[in-house]
Amino acid sequence: MGGCPNLRQTTMVKSDFGYNSKVEGEVIVTRADAVVNWVRSHSVWPMPMGLACCAIELMGAGGSRFDISRFGMEVMRFSPRQADCMIVAGTVTYKMAEVVRRIYDQMAEPKWVVAMGACASTGGMYRSYATLQGVDNIVPVDIYISGCPPRPEALLDGMMLLQEKIRQEGGSLKRTFRGRTVETKIVR
Amino acid sequence: MEAAVLTDRFPRTQVLPAQDMPTYQVAGEDLLETVRFLRDAQGFDLLADLCGIDWKDRTPRFGVVIHLLSTTHKEYVRLHVGAVHDAVPSVSSLHPGANWHEREAFDMFGIRFDGHPDPRRILMWDAYPYHPLRKDFPLAGIEVPFPAADVAEVTGQSVKPAPMMGGPFVSPGGKMSEGEPSALDQSWNEEKPKA
Repeated sequence: MGGCPNLRQTTMVKSDFGYNSKVEGEVIVTRADAVVNWVRSHSVWPMPMGLACCAIELMGAGGSRFDISRFGMEVMRFSPRQADCMIVAGTVTYKMAEVVRRIYDQMAEPKWVVAMGACASTGGMYRSYATLQGVDNIVPVDIYISGCPPRPEALLDGMMLLQEKIRQEGGSLKRTFRGRTVETKIVR
Repeated sequence: MEAAVLTDRFPRTQVLPAQDMPTYQVAGEDLLETVRFLRDAQGFDLLADLCGIDWKDRTPRFGVVIHLLSTTHKEYVRLHVGAVHDAVPSVSSLHPGANWHEREAFDMFGIRFDGHPDPRRILMWDAYPYHPLRKDFPLAGIEVPFPAADVAEVTGQSVKPAPMMGGPFVSPGGKMSEGEPSALDQSWNEEKPKA
């Protein structure tokens, strides 16, 4: 655990209060939040919400060349009960929006949403009667990734940003949606 | 296949001008027998496509176009059927592949297919009240309730018209511009309704 940069950050000035091997031996003092967030950020289990061509790049990111498992995210779960990060990869139609929201609600807390690509972020080039203009209209989005579709490197960059965000979270499970704190309500 | 083969057998059938393949105007009453005749006697055994047309000013307003392919003679034939009272007979009993095509034509144009085994929408959700490919339907859409009432309650969302102003598809115009011409028409958009 000594190698984790986050834990190093949470220890204060080394000489006075922090980790001092002569005094404390193998003991590290930190906040519980930091430990929990550190664990969470390195075991994100994505729910691959593949809806269009972005899903191909998502698969590329899962392959050996780009290897999302370097970040502890290789366990793509197609069951929402076993996933905690929904990667919305592709065009969300109004017909599919209902399903996206239902799957989001079925995921266990804590959970995060990544809007991958132009379509999921804003509706992209689909300015039409059938397309939801951004998945943030129905679920709270943590990370937006630009691109049409984004290359796997962009996805990995976004996921590293998500890790950074997870590390900075408080212990609360409250989420914000459109700027206000909301209780999580389950839709079945 | 000579045109007379079809026009002699079905007197209401007319030859339509076309550049690529033999094209016929078929009466709705003759459609099933025509397709059956073409399939069984003339070898047009593959339904390549079935689609709807909104003619806007014609009567009947809607038409259905069927492309048939003969896999033995390697030739196509095209049939056009006017949808009298917005209805045409379903050919899915003769060509099962027409099933989803007809559902899509119904979904997008509101053309009813008499005798269809499963006449539901296929692309839009079942409660959607419009037929989006009709000429009088705006590309941006019309505001309707969200498909699922419980999701709408949680998210406060409805199906809204898509924004049409500005953005990457509106090119500045000029000599080198190959932009989408309909996007240049800003005479109506989400702020100014279509006249």
